[in-house]
Amino acid sequence: MQREEGTYEVKLGHAQMLKGGVIMDVVTPDQARIAEQAGAVAVMALERVPADIRAHGGVARMSDPEVIGAIQKAVTIPVMAKCRIGHFVEAQVLEALEIDFIDESEVLTPADESFHIDKWRFGVPFVCGCTCLGEALRRIGEGAAMIRTKGEAGTGNVVEAVRHARAVLGEIARIHSMPAEELMTAAREMGAPFELVNQVHESGRLPVVNFAAGGIATPADAAMMMQLGMDGVFVGSGIFKSSDPERRARAIVEAVSRFDDPGVIAEVSAGLGEAMHGIEISELGDGERLARRGW
Amino acid sequence: MERDWPAAAGSPLAERAVPDRAAPPSGAPAGPGNPLVGVLALQGGVREHVQAFLEAGVSAREVRSPAHLDGISALVIPGGESTTLMALVRRWGLDSPIIALAREGLPVWGTCAGAVLLSRSVIESEHDDFDQACLGLAGVRALRNAFGRQSHSFTQSIAIRGVDGPFPGVFIRAPLLQPIEEDPEILCCLDEGPVFVRQGNLWLSSFHPELTGDDRVHRLFLRGSGIAAATGR
Repeated sequence: MQREEGTYEVKLGHAQMLKGGVIMDVVTPDQARIAEQAGAVAVMALERVPADIRAHGGVARMSDPEVIGAIQKAVTIPVMAKCRIGHFVEAQVLEALEIDFIDESEVLTPADESFHIDKWRFGVPFVCGCTCLGEALRRIGEGAAMIRTKGEAGTGNVVEAVRHARAVLGEIARIHSMPAEELMTAAREMGAPFELVNQVHESGRLPVVNFAAGGIATPADAAMMMQLGMDGVFVGSGIFKSSDPERRARAIVEAVSRFDDPGVIAEVSAGLGEAMHGIEISELGDGERLARRGW
Repeated sequence: MERDWPAAAGSPLAERAVPDRAAPPSGAPAGPGNPLVGVLALQGGVREHVQAFLEAGVSAREVRSPAHLDGISALVIPGGESTTLMALVRRWGLDSPIIALAREGLPVWGTCAGAVLLSRSVIESEHDDFDQACLGLAGVRALRNAFGRQSHSFTQSIAIRGVDGPFPGVFIRAPLLQPIEEDPEILCCLDEGPVFVRQGNLWLSSFHPELTGDDRVHRLFLRGSGIAAATGR
């Protein structure tokens, strides 16, 4: 009857229990309560939402533990937090705070230009961003228990999340239907661990839960990502940068739970007030493209 | 949109390979000898339960609206986030029909968050203003996150009444299920308290058999509810 905490199985299982749900960025305990009451499956505790990180400029780091602690006290749903790519000490701090999930995130300024965190060393599960299947499998190989698309956070523009979701799903379909003798070459070309490529070949899916993130601002955006085949959505700036966060949060949760019913999407989309203003991706300079961080 | 998954061997969902939303094969109608288990499909670990029931030899249907409850032989409320599930159950008008069916004797099994929903009341130790709604069906008080946050989620080999041999217990931010009436039968108890409780047609487990690939608890639920699998294995 020996008990084992923080196994890979309970990390994967925690992500599985988030499926069909909406994870919302929050910066205050009040926002966290609004998110919980709207039906969020988890909140991401931040000092600034991505839109403000963009506006603010400078180096974006892990949030103040005081902010995180206050949000943990405000809600009973899981609380996630972000650390910088490669910043394993920020991750250790978040683990010490008993955060429920760590996002090794390109939204913050990367701390290491070569290496991501060795996530196997932690008992807390990690979610990581990806733009393609090879990147997803590299992160899983490093121990990530959940994957999300990178999208282009803080823009309110879903186009990059769609691009990354289609890239990952298209490559999964290609690997799944590929003759077995081509897998080693595919693994080499993608820069992905062969064992994981082989798993995708056999199962036709990622070995972990796969959420959409980056630029989701409306119930229809969220339902579209679900219909494309994502397991759930992260909504960052899209809720608390809109004119009526409470209603928009609830509407996005409802849209995700009934994503394949256009009548429901129409009903929940009505009268939500103004969505966040948003940014056209081509207006961003290369240095402002967060999705290009990480590899 | 109804999604019935027939239990026939060779069903695409019988393999792990299938996305959550593959096109459903046309299903045979439920009836004696062809039981149909509904799995509440608003959020959480839905596909894993559907698959476990298919492997146990019965058909399964994803339940998203009250019409999907018609003709099911049993209902499963999966794990997920209990506050989310409760909000969505109410939003889509499923609370009253589920309560009515359970009171009429429909076998209902809740795992983890699903067990919290089935409980009479929910308590939690860390938050002063804690007040969570539930369906209030079983004579059980759920203590949420009883083992702590995710870093204390764990696996442990457990003994379950009615299941031969040890079973792989997967506990994720799990609740304890404390009986507050005389008759709930405790099927599994850890040092901290009960984690698997049955009261008549209501089954509550705080762990996740659907994540293990071992369908013995699914078979126990079917057998104990008088539902025969179409194909014994």
